[in-house]
Amino acid sequence: MAISVKVMRRPEPGRTSYMRATLKGMSLTFKHLVRLKKVTLEYPEDQPDLHPRWRGTHRMEVHADGRPKCVACGLCPTVCPANCIRLVGGEDDQGNRYPIVYEIDEFRCIFCGMCQEVCPVEAIHVGQHFENAEYTRDRFVYDLDRLMEQDHPTTLLWDPSDPRSE
Amino acid sequence: MHEMNQLSTFWFWVAGAAKVIGVFTVVMLAVAYMTLAERRVSGFIQDRLGPNRVGPFGLLQPIADAVKNLIKEETMPGTSAKFYFVLGPMLAIMPAVVTFAVIPIAAPLPTPVGTVDMIVADVPIGILYILALSSLAVYGIVLSGWASNNKYAFLGGLRASAQMISYEVALGLSVIAVLLLAGNLTLTEMVWQQQQMKLWFVFPLSLAFIFFVISALAETNRLPFDMPEAESELITGYHTEYSAMKFSMFFIAEYSHVLTASALMATLFFGGWDIPVWTGDDMFWHEGALIRGFDEAGAPIAATPSVLITLLTLGAFSAKTAFFVLLYIWIRWTLPRFRYDQVMHLGWKVLLPAALGYIVLIAGTMLVLDQLGVPFGFRYGLILTGVSGVTTVAFLFFVDRDRVIGGAHGQGSVARIRARASASS
Repeated sequence: MAISVKVMRRPEPGRTSYMRATLKGMSLTFKHLVRLKKVTLEYPEDQPDLHPRWRGTHRMEVHADGRPKCVACGLCPTVCPANCIRLVGGEDDQGNRYPIVYEIDEFRCIFCGMCQEVCPVEAIHVGQHFENAEYTRDRFVYDLDRLMEQDHPTTLLWDPSDPRSE
Repeated sequence: MHEMNQLSTFWFWVAGAAKVIGVFTVVMLAVAYMTLAERRVSGFIQDRLGPNRVGPFGLLQPIADAVKNLIKEETMPGTSAKFYFVLGPMLAIMPAVVTFAVIPIAAPLPTPVGTVDMIVADVPIGILYILALSSLAVYGIVLSGWASNNKYAFLGGLRASAQMISYEVALGLSVIAVLLLAGNLTLTEMVWQQQQMKLWFVFPLSLAFIFFVISALAETNRLPFDMPEAESELITGYHTEYSAMKFSMFFIAEYSHVLTASALMATLFFGGWDIPVWTGDDMFWHEGALIRGFDEAGAPIAATPSVLITLLTLGAFSAKTAFFVLLYIWIRWTLPRFRYDQVMHLGWKVLLPAALGYIVLIAGTMLVLDQLGVPFGFRYGLILTGVSGVTTVAFLFFVDRDRVIGGAHGQGSVARIRARASASS
C-alpha cells in the first residue's frame, strides 16, 4: 500500500459552523462507541501473532544424543555486531570441535539474527519468544545449558526467492 | 391502603437523617462509578477497551483508585498560602455535594409512620438554592489556583472565575423560562407541573433546554469548555499543585457537579422522576393531602403511593440522569477545547441575548394564551411547543447561516490547494 500525504482543506474563517460539525462529530464518535471491534490486545490472555521472521530469545539446537550442534567454528562471535557472544572452543579425542563455553548476553544482543544466518551447521537460532523477565541482571547472560533448554519455535530465515514472505 | 398522613416531627428527623445518609452515599458511589464510566466510554470511543483489569469489567477500579489516592503522599508547595491551599479543595467539594439535596429523586414513599417525600430537603427556593451554591464552587477553584503560587494554577483559577460567572448568566436566563412556565421555584412542583401538562418541558422550552445544556457544560468545567484545566496549555490548571486526596476532592467535585447538572436537566426538562404517558405515578402534596390530579369539577383525586411506584419512578429518574451523564462523556470525547475568546464570545454575545429574547417570547406567548383563556394543560403545552420549535429552528438556522463545514472530507489535490493559496495571497 502506497503511503500518500493527506491534505486537509480548512474552511475559510467565518465560514465554519460548530452546530452541524458538532452533530457530525458526535455521530462519528457514537459509531465508534457501539462498534464492537476494538484494537486492544488483552495481552496475558491473548498472545500476539508473531511474524515468522520475528526475532527473539536465542536457542541452541541439539543432537539426538543431547550434544549441542555447535562446532565452535567461531563465526557467530565474529559476525555479531553487538559483540555479545562469548565462545571458547575445544576438541575431543576424535577431533570433533565443540563449545566449552558458549554465552550470549541477551542485554547486549540487538537481535539482528546474523548469528543464525552465519551458522554453518544451523546450531544457534533466534526464536519466537519475548517473555524473559528475570529478577537479576546476571540471569540475562544465557549459558550453553540454558540455550539448549529453550524450546520455543525458531525464526525463519529470509528467503531471497520470496523477499516479502508472502 | 397506607395512611397518607404527613410525618410526625420525630419521624421527620429520622427520615431526614436516613435520606441524607442514603443520598450522600449514592451520590458518592455514582461519582466513583462515573469516573469508571468516563474511562471506559472514552476507551470505546477511541476503539480501545478502557480499564478492565480490576474486578469483572473493571468494576473495582474506582475502589483501587480511592485506595491509591488515600495512601499517596500529599505534597504542598513550599511557597503556597497554606491555609487557603488546604481550604480550596474543601470549598470546591462542598457545594458540589450539597446541591443534590433539593432534587426530588422519586415519588413519595409510603411507610407505616407516614408518607416520606423522596427528596432530602423540599425547600421552597429549590432552584435558587442550586444556582447560589453552584456559583460558590468557583471560590474553591479560584482560591486553590491562587494559593498554589503557580502561574498555571493561577491562570486556571482566573479563567474559571471569568467563565463560570459568564455562563451563570446564560444558565440563569435559561432557567427563567422554566420558572415562567412552572410558576414556582420548588423542584417538586416543577415535576408536578410537567405531569399536569402531560408534556415534558423540553418540548415547550426546547431552546431553553439547548441553552441549559451548553451553559451547564461550561458551569461544570467540562470539555469543550474546560478552560480552567486545559491540559495542553495550563498543565491541569488550578489543581496542578495538588496531589493525593486533595486532587481527588477536585475530581469528586467535578463529577458531583456533572451528576447534579444531569439530574437538574432531567428534573427541569425531562419530568424528573415522572414516567411518561402513565398518570398513575403523578403525586403532589396539595393542602395537606397527597393527590394525583383534579377531576373536571376541580376536586382533588387522592393518590395511592406504593413502594412499587417509588421504585419505578426512582428507576425513571436514574435512567434520565444516567443518559445525561453519558451525554456529557460523549460530548467530552467528541469536541476539542474552545479557545478562550470563543468561549467568552459564545457566552456573552450569543447565549445571553438569545436567552433574553427567548424569555420575552415565551412570556409573551404565555400572556397571549392566558388572555385567550387557554387552561394550563396539554393544549397549552402544544401551542408553546409550536412557537418554541419554530424559534429553535430559526435560531439554529441563524447561527448556522451561510456556513459550510469543511474538514477531513474536503481535501483536494496538493497542487490545487497551492494554486488557491498563491492566488489568494
